[in-house]
Amino acid sequence: MHEPASFRIFRWVVVAVLSVFTLVPFYVMLTSAVKPLGDVQGDFHWWPTHATLRPFVDIWSTVPLGRYFLNSLFVCVLSTVFSVIIAIFAAYAVSRFRFRGRNAFTGTVLSTQMFPGILFLLPLFLIFVNIDKSLGFTALYQTRLGLIVTYLTFTLPFSIWMLASYLDGIPRELDEAAKVDGTGDLGALFRIVLPAARPGVIAVAVYAFMTAWGEILFASVMTNDSTKTLSIGLQYYSTQINVYWNQVMAASLVVSVPVVAGFLLLQRYLVAGLTAGAVK
Amino acid sequence: MAVSVRPRWVPYLMVLPALLLELLVHIIPMLVGIWMSFVQLTQFYISNWANAPWAGLGNYKVALDTGSPIGSDLLHSFAITIVYTLIVVGVSWSLGMSAALVLQSTFRGRGVLRTMFLVPYSLPVYAGVITWSFMLQRDNGLVNHVLIEDLHVMDGSSFWLIGNKAFASMAVVAVWRSWPFAFLMLTAGMQSIPTDMYDAAAVDGAGVWRQARHITLAMLRPVNVVLVLMLFLWTFNDFNTPFVLFGPTAPKSADIISIHIYSNSFVNWNFGLGSAMSVLLLLFLLVVTGVWLLVMGRRSRRA
Repeated sequence: MHEPASFRIFRWVVVAVLSVFTLVPFYVMLTSAVKPLGDVQGDFHWWPTHATLRPFVDIWSTVPLGRYFLNSLFVCVLSTVFSVIIAIFAAYAVSRFRFRGRNAFTGTVLSTQMFPGILFLLPLFLIFVNIDKSLGFTALYQTRLGLIVTYLTFTLPFSIWMLASYLDGIPRELDEAAKVDGTGDLGALFRIVLPAARPGVIAVAVYAFMTAWGEILFASVMTNDSTKTLSIGLQYYSTQINVYWNQVMAASLVVSVPVVAGFLLLQRYLVAGLTAGAVK
Repeated sequence: MAVSVRPRWVPYLMVLPALLLELLVHIIPMLVGIWMSFVQLTQFYISNWANAPWAGLGNYKVALDTGSPIGSDLLHSFAITIVYTLIVVGVSWSLGMSAALVLQSTFRGRGVLRTMFLVPYSLPVYAGVITWSFMLQRDNGLVNHVLIEDLHVMDGSSFWLIGNKAFASMAVVAVWRSWPFAFLMLTAGMQSIPTDMYDAAAVDGAGVWRQARHITLAMLRPVNVVLVLMLFLWTFNDFNTPFVLFGPTAPKSADIISIHIYSNSFVNWNFGLGSAMSVLLLLFLLVVTGVWLLVMGRRSRRA
């Protein structure tokens, strides 16, 4: 296809502007994470006076980052695992069965996705507090369990939708053939459909994990000192009298690595899965 | 065709766990939230909700009374949320569309650029936004340094995170977060446009620009209907950007609706009033979504 000069200039400008816009924060994060404290307290420097790995050591003692990290890992892994398992069954039912209430189910589940989080925050707060009160011990309010249950339902609607549209693309003849051979619905699901749907399952898992890892609103009121996750813990470098910006940047890098690495590795699957429904 | 004997309850059993969880964590809390908006749920009644006195429409009256400070603050917050949403969605969509368009044909380095543009989307929100808040600091941030010492376009240091400039800062950060998603969806949408449409147009003498307008934009319509709606809902409900930039209470110029309801509820511990505001927000979003889908659905049927 012949491209006129005007289009080539337009391409050059768009790529240049967006590259700078995208990369500047990453540049600041990377360079500031290896700066000594003096460098981030005065006027901004483009380059560290001397590079140091101190911030990467200090981040673990300035705030209990290790504990926040483990909390995040625990909550996110468990909510992802449960979300994926529950979504697989629901998506299989939606994709393979025509049952009464199917449309009502998908409609209700999807519409909860558009509601503002703040709408659920106040009632859930109240419900958790009162359930714990009638149980006589803290089960849900500011516990990891409460956070897991909350996160898992937040990722469910989109996971079911994404996975169901993925399963729709897998020929039904495959599972029918398996059933002729004498396996039931479960056998067909686990032996035939799931292996064929692996990219879709991976996409759902990455999505669920990323969503939980980045969640802030609920984490800000539904956690306490011992259950706090990274999304809230990271702000504690800034509440000291001294703001340790080099440590904030180092900690931001450390907590981003697991999700960004996972995203880059599994990008293909996620992009295919995320867009499967909207593009169809 | 083999007749497989499927008991009728199989699909119900399969959706049951999802249904139960949605009921417990979404549907029931929503109903509780609506109930809360009709009672005086102040801090004395939070762990004693059964005894909270009935308020009728009292909370709604307070929230909608634009003559009182609470009502006028809510109206102000609502107005700036609309401006914020229009700006962020408009700019994010334009950037995503431009980038998807110029990366549509293959050239060296295209794969690298695509991956690079998606990284801000994969980064945890707080890590990205906290970096911006460092860049926007008055005395040691990059933004003032660039504007004053590198470009010499400003004389004195500005506060970017308090006062009126906080709104612009928040909008820039939100665009940085959300344009990659528009880029992602539009790129995927473009991949499903058959290439022979472009070939046919080229034979007819249509240049790149005309093809972009008449083929690409037209074919992306269904993607755009969904994409713009998703961007709208996310931006309108945005809590993360102001919360990480400013903390639990945002400066007045950047006090968009979610953080406004949040700080009102948890500063005064008046959950009844907060719930009334949330229900009003929900009603507004339902109306906008309904109208959007109706108008877009009708137009695409006519086309």
